[in-house]
Amino acid sequence: MITFLDFEKPIAELEGKIRELRELSGAEITVSISDEVGRLETKLDKMLRDTYGRLSPWQKIQVARHPERPHFLDYVDALITDYTPLAGDRAFSDDHAILGGLGRFKGQPVIIMGHEKGHDTETRLKHNFGMARPEGYRKTVRLMHLAERFSLPVITLVDTSGAYPGIGAEERGQSEAIARSTEACLNIEVPLICCIVGEGGSGGAVALSVGNKVLMFEHAVYSVISPEGCASILWRTADKAKDAAVALKLTAEDLQRLGIIDEIIPEPVGGAHRDPALAIEALSRSIEGALEELSGIDGAKLRKLRHAKFLAMGAANLG
Amino acid sequence: MNWLTNYVRPKLKAVLRKKDTPDNLWHKCKGCGQLIFHKEFLANQFVCGNCGHHDRIGPAERFKALFDDGEHERLELPKVQDDPLKFRDQKKYSDRLKDARSKTGEQDALIVGVGRMDGIEVVVAVQNFFFMGGSMGIAVGAGFVTAVEKAIELHAPFIIFTAAGGARMQEGILSLMQLPRTTVAVNMLREAGLPYIVVLTDPTTGGVTASYAMLGDVHIAEPGALIGFAGPRVIENTIREKLPEGFQRSEFLLEHGMVDMVIPRHELKETLVRLISLLTRDGAAREDRRAS
Repeated sequence: MITFLDFEKPIAELEGKIRELRELSGAEITVSISDEVGRLETKLDKMLRDTYGRLSPWQKIQVARHPERPHFLDYVDALITDYTPLAGDRAFSDDHAILGGLGRFKGQPVIIMGHEKGHDTETRLKHNFGMARPEGYRKTVRLMHLAERFSLPVITLVDTSGAYPGIGAEERGQSEAIARSTEACLNIEVPLICCIVGEGGSGGAVALSVGNKVLMFEHAVYSVISPEGCASILWRTADKAKDAAVALKLTAEDLQRLGIIDEIIPEPVGGAHRDPALAIEALSRSIEGALEELSGIDGAKLRKLRHAKFLAMGAANLG
Repeated sequence: MNWLTNYVRPKLKAVLRKKDTPDNLWHKCKGCGQLIFHKEFLANQFVCGNCGHHDRIGPAERFKALFDDGEHERLELPKVQDDPLKFRDQKKYSDRLKDARSKTGEQDALIVGVGRMDGIEVVVAVQNFFFMGGSMGIAVGAGFVTAVEKAIELHAPFIIFTAAGGARMQEGILSLMQLPRTTVAVNMLREAGLPYIVVLTDPTTGGVTASYAMLGDVHIAEPGALIGFAGPRVIENTIREKLPEGFQRSEFLLEHGMVDMVIPRHELKETLVRLISLLTRDGAAREDRRAS
């Protein structure tokens, strides 16, 4: 059973009713019950479409953080064959909050990397809830340079609430590591496709999001600061997170309008967590399209295009 | 004449008027609490003569101390769109901008000067903490890029004095995009073979450290400056323990290999000149420039 978000209460109730009716009828489904189930299912479908068709920014944040939303390893399992994880920054340790490695996407060798949040207590702790330390960002730099040396396209999947704020992370240069990762994204002479699949939290996300193509799921969010953090600074109370979520303009639609992202990937009705397979399929199609678009362009040009794109960020009139 | 008309009103104003001594005659050091004669404090570039605490200073004081005879030209920076998101918290961002502008007399938080240091032409950018905490939005990003372009045009080294709480939240994702934007600019300097020196001053945190502030060829920090990615309060709230003394201060960063040196304010100019001379082969760049 999936976890329901607070605004999904009517949906949960309706689903409960449908389930009850089904159980009630058991093996012998009478015509009247099956009619009723059919009617309720239509109603449920409409309710899901309505609710998810007009999610508020705060609701989108909840969906983007949904515990059952597909994460890095789910995408890799479904999309990458011959996946060969690579570990370590060759300096200090291996950060499990950012995973990556070699593999084939539709038969083509690529390097894929991204944040992994984990799906239960044990794995969440292992992956530090997707909050990377400097080692994570130094691993991404290493993998990007590896990709460049062997002319492999790079795919990143971004899903983090932010880089980890801890003593060790600061001691080992969290900010420098993020800056170098952003820089590597800008400079590698191979196609770079970045996908915001869940939460794009601040510098910890941007370090993996500076691509030739930046794709974003319909209900993903991408922001300079979490709404909670923003509210506690500007409103002096985290209770205003909903207001901050609106003000920050962090939805895919906003970001496309502002020219920050290139494409919105549609999610299944009710969000990616309701039908992960369908979401993964949609992501696959978008990555494939982006790779195809970039395939004819030589490396130096790809780098130049990336520079031009990000040098212009905020330069245009955004009214 | 009666007692009513003859009445002399008590001189309340005289009683309430402030003392003749202006507030700024004495400065109370934020480090040690000692009272310092203000003129002395000014002459000492806002550094406490007693404990060596470096107080925050603005672009005007920087330029005065760095450029030969304080002479320089202000680089005109591009005008950018104000308040692109129509952001409003408890206060409208457009009002915050208005306040900051009238308080500082500047358009935004980055000020750029072109002048000579010991005869060598340099471009110096200073982040003004007194303008909305020095925060980086589109204007700072655009200013940074313009300053870099000027340095490339003049074939001059580029020095930046950083001071900022981070990215300007009121510009949302657009402020976050200034991280890659300024990183492109840093790479332009590298390609042009020009020295890029970062002087980290109190405080430099957040998105500014996660981009141009940590990508210098040489990193200098002023003593005691707070420098880090996450703010100390955020870290304390995350790990739920008190941070050690001196955590995220310049000396801590030096110890952990994140800056090359910690240099007191009054030695900055001579240090910068020495570094630039060494990196540009003793003013070979200077000669080239004069020849062309």
